[in-house]
Amino acid sequence: MIGHEVLAPLMFGGLVLFMLVGYPVAFSLAAVGLFFGLIAIAVGLFDFSFMQALPERVFGIMANEVLLAIPFFTLMGAILERCGLAEDLLDSLGQLFGPVRGGLGYAVILVGAILGAITGTVAASVIAMGLISLPIMMRYGYDMRFATGVIAASGTITQLIPPSLVLIVLADQLGRPVSEMYAGAWGPSLIQILLFCAYVLFISIVRPQWVPALPLSARTLSGWQLIKKCLRGIVPSIALIFLVLGTILLGLATPTEGGAMGVVGAVVLAVLQRQEFSSRGLLATWVGVTATVLVMLPELIAQGTQSIPGMASLGVFINSFRVELLVLAYACLLLVLAEVLWIAELRKMIQAAARSTMLITSMVIYILIGSTIFTLVFRGIDGDLWIEHILSVLPGGQVGFLVFVNAFVFVLAFFLDFFEIAFIIVPLLAPAAIKLGIDPVWFGVLLCVNMQTSFMHPPFGFALFYLRGIAPKEIKSSAIYWGAIPWVMLQLLMVGIVIAWPELVTKPLGQLDTPDTSGVQIEIPAADWTLSEPVKPESQ
Amino acid sequence: MCKYFPIAALIDRVSAAMGRVAEYLVILACTISAANAFSRYAFSISSNAWLEIQWYSFGALVMLGAAETLKKNAHVRVDVFLSNMTTRQQIKVDIIGGLLFLLPATLILAYLSWPVFWNAWQLGEVSNNAGGLMRWPIKLCLPLGFLLLALQGISELIKRFAMLSGDLTADLHYERPLQ
Repeated sequence: MIGHEVLAPLMFGGLVLFMLVGYPVAFSLAAVGLFFGLIAIAVGLFDFSFMQALPERVFGIMANEVLLAIPFFTLMGAILERCGLAEDLLDSLGQLFGPVRGGLGYAVILVGAILGAITGTVAASVIAMGLISLPIMMRYGYDMRFATGVIAASGTITQLIPPSLVLIVLADQLGRPVSEMYAGAWGPSLIQILLFCAYVLFISIVRPQWVPALPLSARTLSGWQLIKKCLRGIVPSIALIFLVLGTILLGLATPTEGGAMGVVGAVVLAVLQRQEFSSRGLLATWVGVTATVLVMLPELIAQGTQSIPGMASLGVFINSFRVELLVLAYACLLLVLAEVLWIAELRKMIQAAARSTMLITSMVIYILIGSTIFTLVFRGIDGDLWIEHILSVLPGGQVGFLVFVNAFVFVLAFFLDFFEIAFIIVPLLAPAAIKLGIDPVWFGVLLCVNMQTSFMHPPFGFALFYLRGIAPKEIKSSAIYWGAIPWVMLQLLMVGIVIAWPELVTKPLGQLDTPDTSGVQIEIPAADWTLSEPVKPESQ
Repeated sequence: MCKYFPIAALIDRVSAAMGRVAEYLVILACTISAANAFSRYAFSISSNAWLEIQWYSFGALVMLGAAETLKKNAHVRVDVFLSNMTTRQQIKVDIIGGLLFLLPATLILAYLSWPVFWNAWQLGEVSNNAGGLMRWPIKLCLPLGFLLLALQGISELIKRFAMLSGDLTADLHYERPLQ
């Protein structure tokens, strides 16, 4: 009879084969899982009641508050990508840095980082930067390989910088809070941005002809006007970053709510960018902003300026109007949002954003459903023990394991994209990693850094695809492919840095546990509903 | 195959309508989540019903939107070999996959998840959180979603066969979903 030791490798091989066929991964996964489930039932490894656990698993996916953040962040990104914020940022920062040698490169990296911190989609960043910065770089004689490489790589940073979708998915798979993943990812994100800038600097010294400085005449704006334009792009971005990440890291909102507030912020930004925006709305914006700042003031006073006489009582005075001020701020917010109803184009834009969000969410969650079915059956036939056995043979303890896993993921990233890796491979690797005493957050961030390369690998990387799609014909595909290679090397260097220096990830985690964070989280009344397993009918 | 076209067209319309519902559920979930966060911050008011509507919408949008996602060819594929195939070969991959993977899987899952809904409906199951909601509407989404997906799979099969026989111009344009 067929036993565990045969079935598990066979099932894994079946998965590889079925996926390579090219049919949508979600259904291939589900089919492999169900098919081998039936075989296992036929040979008596487990009985039919085992399969009845499947619907409950699918139901558990829906009732998972963490995954709810996926549509929110996707919608936020979809709205922002359509409202012209990226274009404004690139235009103004490009003009600011342009006259420096390699300046457009710095501008692209900076804009990539800012966009990464407010949205979660690589495509949006790459497309925006490819459409705006690439033609300028070509016109002023930038090396084509360098130009395409820096754009693809900077768009890909989005994957690592919170609030990236990968981090949400990995948090779910590794069983850690999203806020910890976010806190852990900041260090590597900043180092990577610096690393990229350092590379641009290096190129501008070694190969100055690749990255010429723009003549000052290329500026259409100068002086105060240029600064104003830069601020117009940067100030709303930073406000949005605070609204989303600040509230999550301070513990004021769950990551899910942070995403929802981000959507509100994105809609407000989109409204403010419109010409049709009425004066009533403008007034509402200013009143609302003032009220919000006033509400925040007592907290700021409590933080720092207690020593100034009279400040504390001012805080108490403002606090006594807290609810009234908030009502005023919310009313203003509603007024601004109501503008959406008057402007037909905005309505259409939000509808289109909701549509693409629906398609992406459905696609992502269906991969998860498929992989859940696969994993359930795979564990049922002790496939996890098989994998663990293989991994336990690896020499070198923690480091040996990490080097192997990262090499493995790097190779897989040629064929699979990150959702597939996160949902299929990570659940197989995570138990072994935790058994070796590897911090799950460190492990997750490490994988996240590594999985960036899946966007940059020639010839299947997404970022390169998008860039090819919008780049002018004069740019050869080979230039895009060759251009990506140094940046992939830099990303691999980052993998090495994170392996060698775990504190980069784990240090900020200790600071997360400040008392006020945990205090606020208790206020969230439904924190326990993921625990309420809906396996049995709970009541009549 | 032409005589089956009306069936495919009908299924496509149903999926499109469900996709439309799913779009509004995206906006609904988002609005409620933001409103809940705002009201908790200002007035310390929040309710389990509000929180549950969010994930009900999320679950429903995934299950109801999957058929439309299939129709739009937006489920992610591994296109290492697929991208080098001829159109006819790609059509055959879709036919084989539809018959061997999609239809059996969705039908088995619909069959397995029906009792989950039926129990909740019969017992009038309610969430065990204070002020929580009835459970059957979201549990209905499981078998319903899998069934809709199976139906859309049939529609895609009809269209693929028509493409093979030349009754329909093949448009298998596959663009990896934006991420």
